[in-house]
Amino acid sequence: MQRIPILKMGPYLLVSIQVDMDDRTAMALQDDLMEQIVRHRARGVLIDISALDVVDSFIGRMLADTAAMARVLDADTVVVGMQPSVAITLVELGLALTGVRSALNIERGMDLLRSRIEGPGIADGHHEE
Amino acid sequence: MDITRSEVVAVRAAAEVVNVRHIVRRAAVDLAFSLVEQTKIVTAASELARNMVDYGGGGDLTVELLSDGIRKGVRLIFEDQGPGIPDIQQALRDGFTTGKGLGLGLGGAKRLSNEFQIDSAPGRGTRITIVRWKGSA
Amino acid sequence: MAGKSALSDVVQKNGREILSAWVQRQQTDLALRNNLLQPGELQQQASDFLTAFGPAIERGGTDSTTGEAWSPVRDLLSTISRSRARQGFTPAETATFVFSLKRILFDALQREVKDSTQLADEMWKASVVLDDLGLYTTETYQKGREEIINRQQQELMELSTPVVQLWAGVLALPLIGTLDSARTQVVMESLLQSIVDTGSSIAIIDITGVPVVDTLVAQHLLKTVAAARLMGADCIISGIRPQIAQTIVHLGVEISDVMTKATLADAFAVALTRVGLAIVRKG
Repeated sequence: MQRIPILKMGPYLLVSIQVDMDDRTAMALQDDLMEQIVRHRARGVLIDISALDVVDSFIGRMLADTAAMARVLDADTVVVGMQPSVAITLVELGLALTGVRSALNIERGMDLLRSRIEGPGIADGHHEE
Repeated sequence: MDITRSEVVAVRAAAEVVNVRHIVRRAAVDLAFSLVEQTKIVTAASELARNMVDYGGGGDLTVELLSDGIRKGVRLIFEDQGPGIPDIQQALRDGFTTGKGLGLGLGGAKRLSNEFQIDSAPGRGTRITIVRWKGSA
Repeated sequence: MAGKSALSDVVQKNGREILSAWVQRQQTDLALRNNLLQPGELQQQASDFLTAFGPAIERGGTDSTTGEAWSPVRDLLSTISRSRARQGFTPAETATFVFSLKRILFDALQREVKDSTQLADEMWKASVVLDDLGLYTTETYQKGREEIINRQQQELMELSTPVVQLWAGVLALPLIGTLDSARTQVVMESLLQSIVDTGSSIAIIDITGVPVVDTLVAQHLLKTVAAARLMGADCIISGIRPQIAQTIVHLGVEISDVMTKATLADAFAVALTRVGLAIVRKG
């Protein structure tokens, strides 16, 4: 089974999913993330899914659960880079990913995390919720 | 209507769902589906293949390329010998699940397809057929 | 019903004469349309056809031209008719390619087959086969035309949906004219793609120029807003005229969580605030 690498950068954890994950790989990523949030006392998690050409209900649920669990561990999660075709399909599928914050690309995602953690004034003004 | 190509893949384990996505993607690319159309049929296939493994104990997927006049399409047939679905209407409802999923699999796959047919009865297994035509909404 | 037939012998033995007579005949038939073809193109197509035709009769018989033995001939005809469809030939002119061979084959059979019963039989076979192939040509010609129409429709749809950048990070999609389901879909996909390409976090969908919004179109608009949100961008729908507001409410379409503004100007002001900009009067 493949494991998705998690990078630590300051108070943030960065994940870029570059492979078509099977369900076990997805669950392992969730476990690894939780473990590392605690180990590094991470305040924010950025998950880049720009390379994913399919997000089905399983991966969608993994993303939503991860965001919710991270919240419990006092870390914010931003999912970045979702492809338009994936977004259209998720809407049709009926998956709203409630509770998951999203940004267009890694830079915007980092801005969003920073604004949450370091207070307002740094982000580009893009609001969520 | 002609079937211009047909292949059968066994889907027994959850890890093989990835393989299903690749095979269906290739079929959709061969028919020059738009990116959104490809994503919809691949996602529907992913949902149904996982259902087949989780609830039907695994089964076979038949991937067919269809040609009907100038219409081109992909037909996917998922067949398992599992316990079957007692109440199909209920299973199609969003949020209904007997397992660990979100309960979007069947209803979601139906919304992502142009044609959707389900044959199932307790003890007789389940057969789900979906079709997506190129260039349809 | 494979087996030696006089027809395949005649075609294979007299290939050269048949070819030159046939090409000449077609050139006369097409007379004024010759300029649509490249020099030598007709000669090449005719020669390719005859090369495939003889063996196909021998291996596949003449009862049906749908078998595997006939597939090289069918493929060739399909290529030829599609290219004729593009070059602007009429269906009749395209079918003439095959039908004009009839006279030539009959002449050749008459020269070669002396027994009159056999001659009648072979002529009948030749006639049936060429009729079959002629119909096939027309059918693929039609398909070729339909493909062209489909492609043009697609291109037209893409042309009619300009996504414009109003400011760095702010896109606008001014929709004009009647929206059907297919067009709405194309428009929305191109909007979402532009959001990614330009990294715009806010997009204004202006429907001032849309006369009617039905349930399906409203649903498409809302799905686009939802998809944009999943990608990390917000949409504002502007230019909702009073009748459309009434329709939306009467149809029971839920738009409470979508930002709507009466005019494009209002929406633009909101968008600028969102990206952290303000317009101030100079001096």
